[in-house]
Amino acid sequence: MAEADPDITDSPLGQYQKRKSVFPKAVDGTFRRLKWAIMVVTLTIYYVTPWLRWDRGPYAPDQAVLVDLAHRRFFMFDIEIWPHEFYFVAGLLVMAGIGLFLVTSAVGRAWCGYACPQTVWTDLFQHIERAVDGDRNAAIRLQNAPWGVSKIARRLLKWSIWLAVAMGTGGAWIFYFADAPTLMHDFLHGTAAPVAYMTVFVLTMTTFIFGGFMREQVCIYMCPWPRIQTAMMDEKSLLVTYRHWRGEPRGSLKQAQAAAKTGAGTIGDCIDCNQCVAVCPTGIDIRQGPQIGCITCALCIDACDTVMAQVGRPRGLIDYVTFEDATREQAGQPTTPVLKTLFRPRTLAYFAIWGGIGLALLFALGNRTRLDISAQHDRNPLFVRMSDGSVRNAYTVKLRNMESRPRTVRVHMEGVPQASMWLGETGSREAASRAFEVKLSPDAVTKLRLFVVSPAGDGSRQEFALVVQANDDAAPSDRHDLVLERGGE
Amino acid sequence: MAENKRIDHPTGTETVGHEWDGIEELNTPLPRWWLWTFYATVAFAIGYCVVYPTIPSANGAPGGNLKWSSREELEKTLAARQAELKPIHAALAATDISALPGKPELMQQAIAGGAAAFKVHCVQCHGSGAAGAKGYPNLNDDDWLWGGDLATLEKTIADGIRQPEHDATRFSQMPAFGRDGILQPAQVEDVTSYVRTLSGQEGMSASARRGQALFAANCVVCHGPDGKGSRTVGAPNLTDGIWLYGGDRDTIRQTITNSRYGVMPAWNLHLDTVTIRMLAAYVHSLGGGEAAPAPAPAPAGATAAATPAETANGGG
Ligand code: SF4
Ligand code: SF4
Repeated sequence: MAEADPDITDSPLGQYQKRKSVFPKAVDGTFRRLKWAIMVVTLTIYYVTPWLRWDRGPYAPDQAVLVDLAHRRFFMFDIEIWPHEFYFVAGLLVMAGIGLFLVTSAVGRAWCGYACPQTVWTDLFQHIERAVDGDRNAAIRLQNAPWGVSKIARRLLKWSIWLAVAMGTGGAWIFYFADAPTLMHDFLHGTAAPVAYMTVFVLTMTTFIFGGFMREQVCIYMCPWPRIQTAMMDEKSLLVTYRHWRGEPRGSLKQAQAAAKTGAGTIGDCIDCNQCVAVCPTGIDIRQGPQIGCITCALCIDACDTVMAQVGRPRGLIDYVTFEDATREQAGQPTTPVLKTLFRPRTLAYFAIWGGIGLALLFALGNRTRLDISAQHDRNPLFVRMSDGSVRNAYTVKLRNMESRPRTVRVHMEGVPQASMWLGETGSREAASRAFEVKLSPDAVTKLRLFVVSPAGDGSRQEFALVVQANDDAAPSDRHDLVLERGGE
Repeated sequence: MAENKRIDHPTGTETVGHEWDGIEELNTPLPRWWLWTFYATVAFAIGYCVVYPTIPSANGAPGGNLKWSSREELEKTLAARQAELKPIHAALAATDISALPGKPELMQQAIAGGAAAFKVHCVQCHGSGAAGAKGYPNLNDDDWLWGGDLATLEKTIADGIRQPEHDATRFSQMPAFGRDGILQPAQVEDVTSYVRTLSGQEGMSASARRGQALFAANCVVCHGPDGKGSRTVGAPNLTDGIWLYGGDRDTIRQTITNSRYGVMPAWNLHLDTVTIRMLAAYVHSLGGGEAAPAPAPAPAGATAAATPAETANGGG
């Protein structure tokens, strides 16, 4: 705790603070392995996804996941999203937000510790750093060494590898927005769109700088998540906690033996080996208590557990503990079982909302039509009187064929039995009838101008509907209700 | 004030020394790179001021090193658009308007271009929806004084209506029967009655019968024996439901007394052929366009008979 660390309060602080380089020590353990697994999975998903193929027939791209901005389509395996269906994307974003609430209230900043791209790439860059510069001590020595041939060579090597990874990262991004093999070919031949090169350049630089040099500075000063997450945690959220009531007063093994012999008070479990500080990717000392710099990556737990095993003391001097349990443990009261902490009303409520939105999205997905009709009544003029006294209304009809195959559809009128209609482009009043057939291009909106004529009325409006049915469908798939002006004086 | 500075115990950070109702502020040092990003924005701002117009003067902002201006940007965009349209305009110039229906894509482009040109040159009289007004024909309906097929529309737009200084102009002139004393006021009244029977707005009456004889003597030359008008001379059809100036007694009386003299510019004096062609295509697309060649002047009867779904009621 803070009281135990007098030199911090003594250190004079200036106006500005230089970043202190952090050289985390390699560590092994449960959480380190979990981090490895998550890193492999997330990076694989990121790099490989654009290259997956998915057969959609001749009229649609065969890329499994594609954000086609030019044509305003979003493809994800069997699902194709049109701009007007953007609520699916919005729904997913809401789910992501609530998912963050859920995870944070249950397990604290697990997102930061394991899954955030900033963490994953920083971790990757630190592995590269250790491979080139050596582990913590060697890296520090190299850092402090004067610039010489060997230091320059190592720095260049490290930066080149970083840069290569960064370019791969920036490069992978653009493949989500165009056909990956084509774009790769164009990109390498210098014929891709300038925006592709710009994007790759920007993402390469941000990856290189954020992963190589900014690291924990991003988390502490640039990222809003830590502040938001702090607000979402409560006393039942899991936190990486140093059990100071068990560890203090700290002392080496020798001091502990001496104390045991003389009976001059007891020495705590912390042997003050500083391993938890050495492995911390953000360079903080968790023994000072929970702090904004801790991304809860749990590497200090692994480090401390290893030490405790070596000195034959029980693991968990640093551990995931809720604030509530920490208080209880200190008071000697029984703690809450982990499952009970995880499944508490707050997390269950978040989960219910999260799942509810998910189910609603799935339901909407299953029920959406792939053939829509919409029509807009001309406003100017609202209607036209014809020479025979009848009244003509005009509409702009949009037929959306959202399937990637051409379809022939029939549109008919419901209501206003005296009226008949024809298409501006291809029909004529002589050939007017109560229905028309059109061929729709695959995956496209067909816009038509529709004229509806009916005998003059008393000026009252009448309602009718246009109903669309594909010739290969058993039932109509959509309708649009409209108004027909009857043109009174 | 400075004496109040103290080290905050839990964080180990110095306070700034101010205190408001017990609230103190930590003097957390700013990361140095943050300062550098601030300097970078300052440098960017200076660079921006050098290359772009930024500093205002009495005659606008002198245009920086890049000589950039939003007006030029607009001109460039417009020029680029014009260049894009060039092949379409060339194709339109080379295509006779009667051949347009055979090229649906070009037709669509012509209609789109015509719609834009209409908004600039025609809306002043015909209205933005082309629905016209009293004295200005509604271009949406199926009643045409001179004909509604593409070629005729193109000629009407190109040569205009009643432009004496333009030889090819459309010119129809009805005598001012009342004003010039050709018909006496009572006779005008009788012709009015008869004209109203033609469109079924009034039944036969003694006045109308007298008017029928006057009509036969004075009007059939242009309006035809059945009153259906003539597109050759631009005489309106008096039997249908569409009246350019109005079909009520007062208006018809006025028309017969003073005649009418509506005009339209001869647009080929102001616009190029392609624009006129596009305008014709647009007007044709509004719903009343006819197929070429123009059919005999009997549109009302013909269309009504061919549209079984409707119960045409003749006049209006
Ligand atoms: S603080 Fe922000 S950037 Fe850092 S790990 Fe957490 S979410 Fe990622
Ligand atoms: S204190 Fe421990 S959990 Fe927190 S960031 Fe450092 S190593 Fe990770």
